[in-house]
Amino acid sequence: MGNLFKKMFSRENRGRTASYLIIIIAYIVLEIMRLSGNMTNLLSSLLVPVCCYITAAIALNLNVGFSGELNLGQGGFMGVGAFTAVVVSGSLAGVIPNPVIRLILAMIAGAVLAGAVGWLIGIPVLKLQGDYLAIVTLAFGQIIKSLITNLYVGLDKNGMHFSFVDNHLNLAEGGKVLISGPMGATGTERIATFTAGAVLILIALTIVYNLIRSRHGRAIMAARDNRIAAESVGIHIANTKMLAVVISAALAGAAGALFGLNNASLAASKFDFNLSILILVYVVLGGLGNLNGTIIATTVLVLLPELLRSLQDYRMLIYAVILIVIMLVSNNEKMKTGLERLRRKTGKGADSHA
Amino acid sequence: MREEMKTDNRIPVLEAEDLGIDFGGLTAVNNLSLKIYDNEIVGLIGPNGAGKTTVFNLLTKVYEPTRGTIKLCGQDIGKMTTVEVNKAGIARTFQNIRLFMNLSVLDNVITGMHNTVVYGLTDSLFRTKKFRESEKLAEEKAREILRIFELEDKADVPAGSLPYGEQRRLEIARALATEPKLLLLDEPAAGMNPQETEELMKTIRFIKEHFGIAILLIEHDMKLVMGICERITVLNYGAMLASGTPAEIQANPQVIKAYLGE
Ligand SMILES: Nc1ncnc2c1ncn2[C@@H]1O[C@H](COP(=O)(O)OP(=O)(O)O)[C@@H](O)[C@H]1O
Ligand SMILES: [Mg+2]
Repeated sequence: MGNLFKKMFSRENRGRTASYLIIIIAYIVLEIMRLSGNMTNLLSSLLVPVCCYITAAIALNLNVGFSGELNLGQGGFMGVGAFTAVVVSGSLAGVIPNPVIRLILAMIAGAVLAGAVGWLIGIPVLKLQGDYLAIVTLAFGQIIKSLITNLYVGLDKNGMHFSFVDNHLNLAEGGKVLISGPMGATGTERIATFTAGAVLILIALTIVYNLIRSRHGRAIMAARDNRIAAESVGIHIANTKMLAVVISAALAGAAGALFGLNNASLAASKFDFNLSILILVYVVLGGLGNLNGTIIATTVLVLLPELLRSLQDYRMLIYAVILIVIMLVSNNEKMKTGLERLRRKTGKGADSHA
Repeated sequence: MREEMKTDNRIPVLEAEDLGIDFGGLTAVNNLSLKIYDNEIVGLIGPNGAGKTTVFNLLTKVYEPTRGTIKLCGQDIGKMTTVEVNKAGIARTFQNIRLFMNLSVLDNVITGMHNTVVYGLTDSLFRTKKFRESEKLAEEKAREILRIFELEDKADVPAGSLPYGEQRRLEIARALATEPKLLLLDEPAAGMNPQETEELMKTIRFIKEHFGIAILLIEHDMKLVMGICERITVLNYGAMLASGTPAEIQANPQVIKAYLGE
């Protein structure tokens, strides 16, 4: 027991332990508040989305922070996951009434499909040097949004029907439209839960922390720090970067799946370039390679505009000012060295040098 | 000449023949032939811009040779990629240091074991027994290597925060971690003071004895080169000017002219 405790707070595990504690404690506190009726509707409606954004941001930090590759399509990967989950959950509703099992299956499907898309994107791009991944993921985000905006999916007793033309689904009597073009997913059964969101974050944290403290993670960081030197010690750059892209896309897909099953209706336009940039902002402000920073920055920046809603027209103005202040403060040399000293004393956030 | 007799019937660790590369109109290396045998330290010297670093880049396939063949222990490595060349058994350091600056000193060395201490992705993600055992083994090996280079006290600091001389030593340590048959050192003593250089000479000799590998070394410090190399090849304008024992090279009028003529 004492040994486990020692290990949990050892230099290399402190960051990870802090991440788990933040999530578990926040989950318990929020769940007690929610169940005892001490939570506003606004806040309780934000619980699942915050979990989704945190997961997508943790995943993106694997690209931007650890792999050193810019991914501007995280919103797109979430979109792939979301609409995959809507279709999977909708079509399994009759077969698997249990919402928990259906949620898990839908999230796995969303993760697998998004991961596969990430892999396809990575094949041509990662062979090249330079910021091609940024350009291609940017384009991918736009394309996937347009595709889903024109996608019609329906289900009837004959099975699934897909179409890219309005009203051409030809559903039999009693058939159900799952995705309806620009309107997106309609009539989705809301089976996402806060518990699933918290578990998803814990899984994402475990995957990323386990990965970065392994030969695979070291290869990812080595390829980031010095490409030529990494090759000289036998690290295959494209394969290594591909691993980060696929895992990140898959986690974003799972997050999107949860997001998709948290809304009765959801349009593809939700997963646009703005979402990708927002998630990138969470990662950059939270600190590259710093997962605790990612969790905190995401939470604050998702909740802030909502909590400022009462200020109406001034809301985005204040949000912008706060963003700028955070940027100035977090990039200030004096603040940085001060924080670094504080970190060393408390021993937190050592994961950036993992 | 006695050297030649002794080495004739062994398979060389490295055998490059008629190696050359053109950059557009510039012939950076031409008609170079090199043989390095097991447990041998060979020097590659020549004035600045002679093409020494380019030879390393050819041997490790950072550059594609325009002409020539490269064999490692009899195996043709001319078609291999940089990664495959390392797996086949060539490791190197760089004239302008290339460390993984954000990784710890220890992790730099362990990263060198990417293909020598191997386990799968599922082992990483699920922290299997194989993962734990391999990581333990890698760390033990890495600490042992760091001890050789007197870096064991710095194991946990980021490589980027090391002073220059220690960064050079860490690069050699990382290269050794790949368990090479041939180690290429590009100006390992550059920027070191005489005392550090002296230490380095001892370390290089120790590496040769301890690991039993061949070493090809580019260096400007003549005391170091003459002190530890068994044979020396001199490059000038990309072509081989002379090759022989340190004594022969020092007495070679063409070599003297090339160096003094600078
Ligand atoms: N990638 C390259 N493109 C064009 N010229 C190069 C390249 N690499 C090296 N050279 C040229 O090849 C010659 C030899 O360089 P180098 O091998 O670095 O010399 P040395 O290491 O002996 O000082 C120089 O003239 C250099 O400018
Ligand atoms: Mg050079």
